[in-house]
Amino acid sequence: MTATIITITSGKGGVGKTTTTANLALALAELGDKVVCIDGDIGLRNLDVVMGLENRIVYDLVDVIEGRCRLRQAMIRDKRMNELYLIPAAQTRDKSSVTPSDMVRLCDQLRDEFDWVLIDSPAGIERGFRNSIAPADVVLVVTNPEISAVRDADRIIGLVEAEEKGPAKLVINRLNLDLVKRGDMLTADDVVELLAIELVGIVPEDASVVVSTNRGQPVVMEAYTKAGQAFRNVALRLKGQEVPFLDLEEKKGFFQNLSNMLRSGGN
Amino acid sequence: MQNGEMLQDKKISIKIKGIRDGLLISLGEGDWPIVQEELLKQIEERSAFFQGARVALDVENHILHAAEMGMLRDKLSDSGVILWAVISNSPTTERTSQMLGLATRISKPKPERVIRSQSASTSLSGDNAMLVKRTLRSGFKISSAGHVIVIGDVNPGAEISAGGNVVVWGRLLGSVHAGVDGGKDAVVCALEMMPKQLRIDDVIGGLPLKPDKKKHVLPEFAMIQGGEILFQEWNQRERGK
Repeated sequence: MTATIITITSGKGGVGKTTTTANLALALAELGDKVVCIDGDIGLRNLDVVMGLENRIVYDLVDVIEGRCRLRQAMIRDKRMNELYLIPAAQTRDKSSVTPSDMVRLCDQLRDEFDWVLIDSPAGIERGFRNSIAPADVVLVVTNPEISAVRDADRIIGLVEAEEKGPAKLVINRLNLDLVKRGDMLTADDVVELLAIELVGIVPEDASVVVSTNRGQPVVMEAYTKAGQAFRNVALRLKGQEVPFLDLEEKKGFFQNLSNMLRSGGN
Repeated sequence: MQNGEMLQDKKISIKIKGIRDGLLISLGEGDWPIVQEELLKQIEERSAFFQGARVALDVENHILHAAEMGMLRDKLSDSGVILWAVISNSPTTERTSQMLGLATRISKPKPERVIRSQSASTSLSGDNAMLVKRTLRSGFKISSAGHVIVIGDVNPGAEISAGGNVVVWGRLLGSVHAGVDGGKDAVVCALEMMPKQLRIDDVIGGLPLKPDKKKHVLPEFAMIQGGEILFQEWNQRERGK
């Protein structure tokens, strides 16, 4: 077994890196794969909270790297799934406690035992980001359809290319259909046109994400949510399956076409 | 400038000099892996001296790609050394350091190097031209004393600064400054002209012809006319002027 190491990053904070990591991890585990998540946000950990595993942390990433425990001891098993583990970040240290080569070594140890290693990168482009992308086979850039988030995503994609880890793949999170219809939000097409990388997911804005995050139950666990389905589709696409984009995309496509028709008519 | 410490190795020349911005380490000829190893060895031996140092690296004629330079930067950072600049005679290496966001010049470049780099690049009637064949994403900056040609898009947040003209074979959405040192005759052309900011010499440009990008398909150029920046569609221009 040789794991694919995926780093989830964004540049800008608050776009949904951690939510994406937790949901992808559960979705991949639900498909029967062996998954381990690493929280790369040392000092500001929260992947454990979103996954609902906070109360079981004994050892963390920095303990493993500094040799205070064995790798297995720091891996918290998610009881909802057969083979899903979390390596939490240290809360009391900072990003400089870990180096990019530490991360590469750690991931190499995990490679043989898992199908997927998901690394939740911190926001920003400094040490924590470099630690997180150092071992990556695939970099997943999460963005929102907002100019500031897209600008940061563009910068991140450039940095990933410069590190020869590219081309990155794109997840557009929190697309608000109503705003798009009214022409008040960037469309998925606008974002893809600028960033020019492969799109692997469009996740609609969905109140159930907030609810489920607060409960520590990632939204993919709930069968009938649009956001949950969108994350399950990302997991399938990462596994190489061709999955059409969700229904919401078609509706949006229709309005897009309509507005394009009107515009070209006036030209 | 010269009052820093001088070290010299017998086999591979590694010179370390104190400069205003930290340390300047010059690496001599030799196989890159060996030179790199020697450098790291010296840093390890004198780790107290190098701890927290800001280092500019002069790699002279070594040709470095992103993987090598990125690895060296990470290794240096592991030993507590911050790499902020890589200076080189090789345009490939310079491009790599620009891609990794490192400086390619320290405050006072050696004068001989400037002359050499001019004769090394593409020249037409004595000017420098820099060709960049890639998309410039946010945060990337291209500066050249001569002309700049980009084959690819220039995204919002990317910057081009050129002593001469700027040609973008793609969408120009970022910031451009052409004719930096008194180049009033400089022009900027792009297949799709929607810059965030456009400057020629010291004139800051107004809006391109059509801000609505869906309608906007014709190539445009921008030039100074009557003290203002004028945007014109390419096919309306008097050709051969």
